[in-house]
Amino acid sequence: MTAPPRLELKNISKQYPAVKANDNVSLTVQAGEIHAILGENGAGKSTLMKIVFGAVQPDEGSIAIDGQPVAIRNPHEAKAHGIAMVFQHFSLFDTLTAAENVWLGLDTGETLAQVSERIKAKAGEYGLPVDPARPVHSLSVGERQRVEIVRGLLANPKILILDEPTSVLTPQAVRTLFVTLRQLASEGCSILYISHKLDEIRELCHACTVMRGGKVTGFVDPTQETNASLSRLMIGADPPQLVHREATLGGVALEAIDLTVEPDSPYGVPLQHISLALRAGEVLGVAGVSGNGQQELLAALSGEDRRLKPGMLTLFGTDIARASPAKRRTLGLHFVPEERLGRGAVPMQSLAANTLLTRREPVKTLGWIDIKATHALASRLIERFNVKAGGSGAHAKSLSGGNLQKFIVGREIDANPKVLIVAQPTWGVDVGAAAQIRGELLALRDAGCAVLVVSEELDELFELSDRLVVIARGKLSPSIATRDATVEQIGQWMAGLFDRGDDPSTAEDAKKEAHHAAA
Amino acid sequence: MLRLETRPTPSSTFVLASPLIALAATVAIGVMLFVLLGKDPVQGLQMFFWEPIKSPYAWSEIGIKATPLILIALGLSLCFRANVWNIGAEGQYILGAIFAGGIAMGATPDSPRAIVIVILVAGIVGGMMWAAITALLRDRFNANEILVSLMLVYVAEMVLSYLVYGPWKDPQGYNFPQTVTFAKPTQVPRLFAGLRLNIGLVIALFAVAGMTVFLFRLFRGVQALVGGLAPAAARYAGFSSRGALWTALLTSGGLAGLAGALEATGPLGQLTPYVPVGYGFAAIIVAFVGRLNPVGIVFSAILMSMFYIGGELAQSRMQLPKSITGVFQGLLLFTLLAADTLIVYRVRWKSTAGARIAGAKA
Repeated sequence: MTAPPRLELKNISKQYPAVKANDNVSLTVQAGEIHAILGENGAGKSTLMKIVFGAVQPDEGSIAIDGQPVAIRNPHEAKAHGIAMVFQHFSLFDTLTAAENVWLGLDTGETLAQVSERIKAKAGEYGLPVDPARPVHSLSVGERQRVEIVRGLLANPKILILDEPTSVLTPQAVRTLFVTLRQLASEGCSILYISHKLDEIRELCHACTVMRGGKVTGFVDPTQETNASLSRLMIGADPPQLVHREATLGGVALEAIDLTVEPDSPYGVPLQHISLALRAGEVLGVAGVSGNGQQELLAALSGEDRRLKPGMLTLFGTDIARASPAKRRTLGLHFVPEERLGRGAVPMQSLAANTLLTRREPVKTLGWIDIKATHALASRLIERFNVKAGGSGAHAKSLSGGNLQKFIVGREIDANPKVLIVAQPTWGVDVGAAAQIRGELLALRDAGCAVLVVSEELDELFELSDRLVVIARGKLSPSIATRDATVEQIGQWMAGLFDRGDDPSTAEDAKKEAHHAAA
Repeated sequence: MLRLETRPTPSSTFVLASPLIALAATVAIGVMLFVLLGKDPVQGLQMFFWEPIKSPYAWSEIGIKATPLILIALGLSLCFRANVWNIGAEGQYILGAIFAGGIAMGATPDSPRAIVIVILVAGIVGGMMWAAITALLRDRFNANEILVSLMLVYVAEMVLSYLVYGPWKDPQGYNFPQTVTFAKPTQVPRLFAGLRLNIGLVIALFAVAGMTVFLFRLFRGVQALVGGLAPAAARYAGFSSRGALWTALLTSGGLAGLAGALEATGPLGQLTPYVPVGYGFAAIIVAFVGRLNPVGIVFSAILMSMFYIGGELAQSRMQLPKSITGVFQGLLLFTLLAADTLIVYRVRWKSTAGARIAGAKA
């Protein structure tokens, strides 16, 4: 008889008031195994992992570690059993530094300085650069995730749970992470890898449990499967295909001219001499490692950052450098931010009320709000974009990430924008919803809208964009037609290796580029 | 083992039940307090919960106390919803009384009745100006509005003292620190003959309707709400946070000033150093007990008025210290905040903690 499995879950069930999140789920993970949990958003993966981590108690079922039945009443006990978890929604305090956040979760009696040293050492060992002294609020999503991963690794876990870890990492960073994970697995650590990215699972994982609607629908060896077969297990259908039609380019819609903005926080990235021309009928993708000025660029383009100098930004020839986001919207520029809850939507307000953030149709004369119209609008968005929600009165907070994203993207698309700027359109969104959102963006482009997509997922940019640019350390690379671009070249640019940007480029350059791309 | 468990969605039942639970707990603790003080708890409760509502006269007195509480709490509910922490309504109330008093002092028995309108408008302006100082310092220098508005209360008290001890002192007032008694035409019209209840209550109820519309039906109100709930979303939407700050502070300052004007030319009829009696602070409790909802504020203001009157009665009839009113007010807020936990959490009895462990076959 071989050694008992590292982790064994038997017949786990968990009923939430509205939904049965786990229904009789069993799962076996061997020591040193990288085990994928594959499923769409809402399939019950996260609940299952929270049960393993002690954050949620199952209604039924048993857990055994190394053959010993255990009760994991809380995360503290999970840690005592050698379980570490990196959550999809980060559990970091914004006002504290990275090191202080990690320090809080430890009970080893170390000083903050010692912890900082260990973070640096661990981060170096696994190629995950983290500056322990930086406050978390100044970190990008990708950087926060690195803090979470390093925090998990510091405990030298027996079982490491990663919830959608690569959603915001660059190809190089994903490679590094995979090296890290393989290294960990070879040292005997078992890894539970939650994802909906089929390529990654096939490349990395030794075993794969597929979930759908709270139940296990398959246990397979991912290396023996195809994307299509995995996808069928996961969504019960073939993955939707994107149709990418030839672009019909119009005039310049949005133009940044030597856009230079100082950071407003000590850890922000200065935008340096950014020039770009976005044309009607094209999708321009902005690639880059997280924390290289994407947030700053988006805030400048959306109008949330109001410190632009006149003439730095024009929309159809109108200077909008000083215009508020609301004013820009009336001129046809809409924006989908990276954070859905708290920025793209007000968590504790209904979807109907949330339409008012960017839509003015329900606002009548003298600022009177037609409540019925807000509900009608929200219902229309729910219907048109296939949002799973408890009606137009449901709080934004009650929606899953993917469904809220469909609602927010839908809200902006439905406004018939002339220019749409989208940040991380499909971060943490399941395959079906992601395909739908990408399809909607392409349909918008085909209808003549200028679309700017800022994403840290390179696959997505290659799939969506007509042209690509890269932002690195606050500078923008030249643009390249997607069909001429290679992952290697873009990867090099992402490291900051492009000549332009050192010299302030002119609007003429940007225009020439646009023509070049059109040619 | 007793355990708190996060609810999947906040309970709308407990949003309404929480104030009732808080009231019940306040009564229970009150009973214990009376017993400990060696007083008859039944008589004590009677003072607070029966005497203040047993006759039309009693109701009229409640209305008089509830009017300023409602007006001030309405403004504060807007502030608090917009995340603007105006703690200095008491000061804005005093300035309203001063401005109103300044006009009323100049009136003669022959002044036209319309002077009441001028007086009330002056009160609104006074409260707004006092709140505008806080708004300006916050807007321009990012000064903390909690501290600024609170400290301005004490400045306002000094201004009032200076006036009634100094330039505005009644020459025929036997050197008491008080202004002349205002002339008859300045008196806020009463609603019923023989009762002190005046038109202020009607104004307050109109303000309730107005605030309900503003908060839930007007775009401007929605912008303020979003600014309080999710500042990043307000920035994203392009809602002006400065606009929300000024709107909230000017509105609440104006309403507090109006309350001060109504008080000065209503029940008081002159200015004394005793114009401020803590309505501005009590209204903070009123606003929260009323769930920052205009209609809820009406009920909580009535309750708070009962505490005021009950406290006075307990003092005169049961020889209890008047500070018992403050104790009851504090208890109510305290128990409310505790009971509010139940909105987001539910209490669970756990017989065996953790997952049930079935024998795992190794």
